[in-house]
Amino acid sequence: MKINPNIAINENGLLFNPSTGESFRVNPTGARVAELLKEERSLDVIISKIQEEYEVDRYTLEKDIADFIQLLKNNALIQNNE
Amino acid sequence: MAKEKLTIAVSGLNNIDSPGPGVSVIRGLRQATSFDVRIIGFAYENLEPAIYIDQLIDATYHIPYPQAGTDVLLDKIKEIHAKEHLNMIIPNFDAELYSFMKLEEALDQIGIKMFLPDREKFEERHKVNLPKFGEKYNIKVPASKAITEAYELYELGDEFDFPYLIKGKWYDAYIAYTSEQAVNYFNKVSAKWGLPVVVQQFVHGTEYNVTGLGDGKGNTMAAVPMRKLYITDKGKAWAGISLDEPKLLELTDHFISQTKWKGGFELELMKTQEDEYHLLEINPRIPAWVYLAIGAGQNIPETLVNLAMGKEVKPYEDYKVGRIFIRYSWDMVIDREQFEQFSIKGVL
Repeated sequence: MKINPNIAINENGLLFNPSTGESFRVNPTGARVAELLKEERSLDVIISKIQEEYEVDRYTLEKDIADFIQLLKNNALIQNNE
Repeated sequence: MAKEKLTIAVSGLNNIDSPGPGVSVIRGLRQATSFDVRIIGFAYENLEPAIYIDQLIDATYHIPYPQAGTDVLLDKIKEIHAKEHLNMIIPNFDAELYSFMKLEEALDQIGIKMFLPDREKFEERHKVNLPKFGEKYNIKVPASKAITEAYELYELGDEFDFPYLIKGKWYDAYIAYTSEQAVNYFNKVSAKWGLPVVVQQFVHGTEYNVTGLGDGKGNTMAAVPMRKLYITDKGKAWAGISLDEPKLLELTDHFISQTKWKGGFELELMKTQEDEYHLLEINPRIPAWVYLAIGAGQNIPETLVNLAMGKEVKPYEDYKVGRIFIRYSWDMVIDREQFEQFSIKGVL
């Protein structure tokens, strides 16, 4: 799974989709997840990285990241599972 | 070496809330790096705002409406030409294009160039003929039908379902959800723009636009896709952003290579939830939002002039993605004498 390669992520947490012209504001955690997706990290790696960086239990994190990824998919920001 | 100075006449000076393309075209010409310009405005109405904008137009002339006939228009252009020595005319109104196409040869003979689609292409892309156009060039278009009587709205057939659009021959479009609304809009639109009126199946989705330029030999000289970010109650873009969407550029290349389109144009497309683009309309002239394309790196008016002048022109291959245009309105205060001079003498 990876974020569409042309998506621009700026330092203020804005995701810009240049093929639709849409912009999305995400919080710092969302921006970090998006960055990791752009680096083509696997879901397991992303979860581990975020767990290292934030104080959160794994169950909550997995659920939140799954929700976030679904949001990205709904907005055509992410390519489907490969 | 001094740059060549061209005298170019431009219409579409009605810079109102549904603006004509004239001001954007002129700004592009003024920013051209390959020539200098003297701009002559062609205005139909005394209060077209661009007539009075400082340092935009060098001289504006009143020209007759298309209904007056092409002979009257030609006489007027000859009269202006005698004073101004025009090199080129860029007509920007849908409703006037046909008259200018008819005059293409006559104008060429007196040394005035234009760069317009040929009459056959102009007719076949007309919204009245869009289904045939889609079939001929293998482009997805929504079901549409040209009608001349209101009762035909009750006999549209299975292709149409509510809501659908009632469109004027030249401008205006209304969404009808019931037959009563459809009849009402039919009467409104036909009273304003004449017959036929076009019924077009409404396609749900997000609207995208492309402005571009074809060289008449099948080559895309320029193309910039845009999505409207802010839309007025008339459906006009008040802000928009340039996009990187390869599918839109492919579709544009296909349109140009298949039709051998000559001149500027705007494609209006709807992207459905299935990610398919449906072509809603082809406007056979540069759109008012062309200044976004210029700001993104493709000066379409400049290239159009160079093509008309027979110069060798390289196609644009790139533009800046994510450039945003935002329109604004600006009140001018002018002296009554300026208005009177244009109203009475037809020149300012």
